Amino acid sequence: MAAASPHERMGSPRDAGGFFAWLMAPERRGPLLVAPAVIVLFVMNIFPLLWSFGLSFFNYRANRQDVPGFVGLRFYERVLNDPDVWDRFQTTAIIVGSSVILQLIVGFLLALMFAREFPLRRILLMLVLAPMMLSFVSVGVFFKLYYEPTFGLLSQFVSTFTGQPYVLLGTPMGAIMGIVVADAWMWSPFVMLLVLAGLVSVPKYLYEAAEIDRASWWRRFRTITFPYIKSLLLLAVLFRTIETFKLFDIVYIITEGGPGTATETIAVFTYRVAFQFFRTSQSSALAYIILFVVIVLTNLYLYAVKRREQEVA
Amino acid sequence: MARPREIGKAGWGWTLFSGLVSLVYFFPVLWIVLTAFKTRTDALAVPAKFFFTPTLQNFINVFYRSSITAGASQATEFPLYFFNSIFVSGTSVALAIVLGTLAAYAFSRYPLRGNDTYLFIILTTRMMPPIVVIIPIFLMFRLTGLSGTYWGIILLYTAFNIPFSIWLVKSFFDELNPEIEDAARMDGANERRVFFGVCLPQVLAGLAATFVFGLILTWNEFLFALLLTGVETRTVPVAMARTMGGEVGVDYGLLAAIVTLFLVPIFIVTYLLQNQLLRGVTFGTVKK
Repeated sequence: MAAASPHERMGSPRDAGGFFAWLMAPERRGPLLVAPAVIVLFVMNIFPLLWSFGLSFFNYRANRQDVPGFVGLRFYERVLNDPDVWDRFQTTAIIVGSSVILQLIVGFLLALMFAREFPLRRILLMLVLAPMMLSFVSVGVFFKLYYEPTFGLLSQFVSTFTGQPYVLLGTPMGAIMGIVVADAWMWSPFVMLLVLAGLVSVPKYLYEAAEIDRASWWRRFRTITFPYIKSLLLLAVLFRTIETFKLFDIVYIITEGGPGTATETIAVFTYRVAFQFFRTSQSSALAYIILFVVIVLTNLYLYAVKRREQEVA
Repeated sequence: MARPREIGKAGWGWTLFSGLVSLVYFFPVLWIVLTAFKTRTDALAVPAKFFFTPTLQNFINVFYRSSITAGASQATEFPLYFFNSIFVSGTSVALAIVLGTLAAYAFSRYPLRGNDTYLFIILTTRMMPPIVVIIPIFLMFRLTGLSGTYWGIILLYTAFNIPFSIWLVKSFFDELNPEIEDAARMDGANERRVFFGVCLPQVLAGLAATFVFGLILTWNEFLFALLLTGVETRTVPVAMARTMGGEVGVDYGLLAAIVTLFLVPIFIVTYLLQNQLLRGVTFGTVKK
């Protein structure tokens, strides 16, 4: 069937002899089609990645001219033994955990709401999707304003009950809450889209059968709906975990990591090490540890995708 | 009512309920939009003003700003920044789709040995935190002179969008019925015609989904744009952040006007391609 002659490949009716014939042979078709994308990826992503991997073994500072010396694993050792790093990882875990759980709950409820057909659905859906389309910078700046003790809406709302201005970002607990709410608000629509996609893929006849069996709402949900959205929920959790793990802009704008270091996520910490202390190599080592965590999470993520594909197929 | 409850029709009652919920959810955005129409004193009024005399001054200020020293109104560079944002995100997402589609077709139809491993490595490049590569990319751009050029930032964004494009479009190619392609080959179509005439038209919805998804993620990119664009190529998120500095504090009205204007294009594109977006976020794992 695929007895295409060499020059018939993908719109290149060029010279059919010599090098081109060799290049266009059917068995090289795959690599040839992949090549442009891989070249761009290599130059823009993989090469810089290897470069910074190299940097992490040298004593290099971006603001100095002296020749960097080889230090081997010293920076990895230093980073892994630094109690600050573990503290920041803990902060990150708390923020990621609470934000992702909140996104799941809100996203799930929103999806249940939009899973029905009703008038104006398309337009209302757009209102809910809007936060996702804002930039981190604008979400950061305006949430900071909403949290502000004198002008902020939150403080004004609370003070109608207490009579006191409310300083949310003053305590470590409040600052974490402030960031979690801003991030979860921005990305719950994403979870909603995933769950919604799962909900609309449930075959209708299953519900009709359940209706005949007079199954309760909870039972219908547990036995019909949930199996269909289970792996999509897992997808949502993993994708959001990976993304929230990298959370930087919102934290940097709303609290700058404060009060103290209460909300300094690992990404903000790495940024500080790299651009405020100019410990370029140390930040590379740190970044690689983050990358390692991300790769582990990505693996889990792919596992979830695979499972989903098998279920649907 | 014997209708199945979970997926089904609901009436205006449900519209009323979801309308309320959506409005509450939309409120922080709504407040930004309202702030864009407020004067500087109204924007920070205590108690907050829900009703006020709207002004277009902030929108005018985005494009014409009277400088404190000269007094005369001066055109700002914002039309250029808006153009840059649209041009850079549009081009890079489109370019990523073209390259991604070719690669996806290959991964789907001509699997290599270790196909899944390559796909995994490709996806990992997208998952990595930007902080890992920012310094090498910065140095690389400075050495090659790509810093501050359209090409530099477009290529970088293209690279960021390629992994998702490959994964998404591949899932669409995987779904096609290979018998149709074989039939076309029997009829004498060459490989080029099979791709352009048979496969590509069937995945157009997938390309649209990839476009929306890529655009939302690229539209607001800040960190790399901040470090790698110059005066001529600056995008709106960077310009937005720059308006916040200064001795007078943040001009919330002005900022809100920029945010509002910047939301309009992506909002329209998303609205038009809304049905495809559902497909986009799930990595194409949802079958029709």
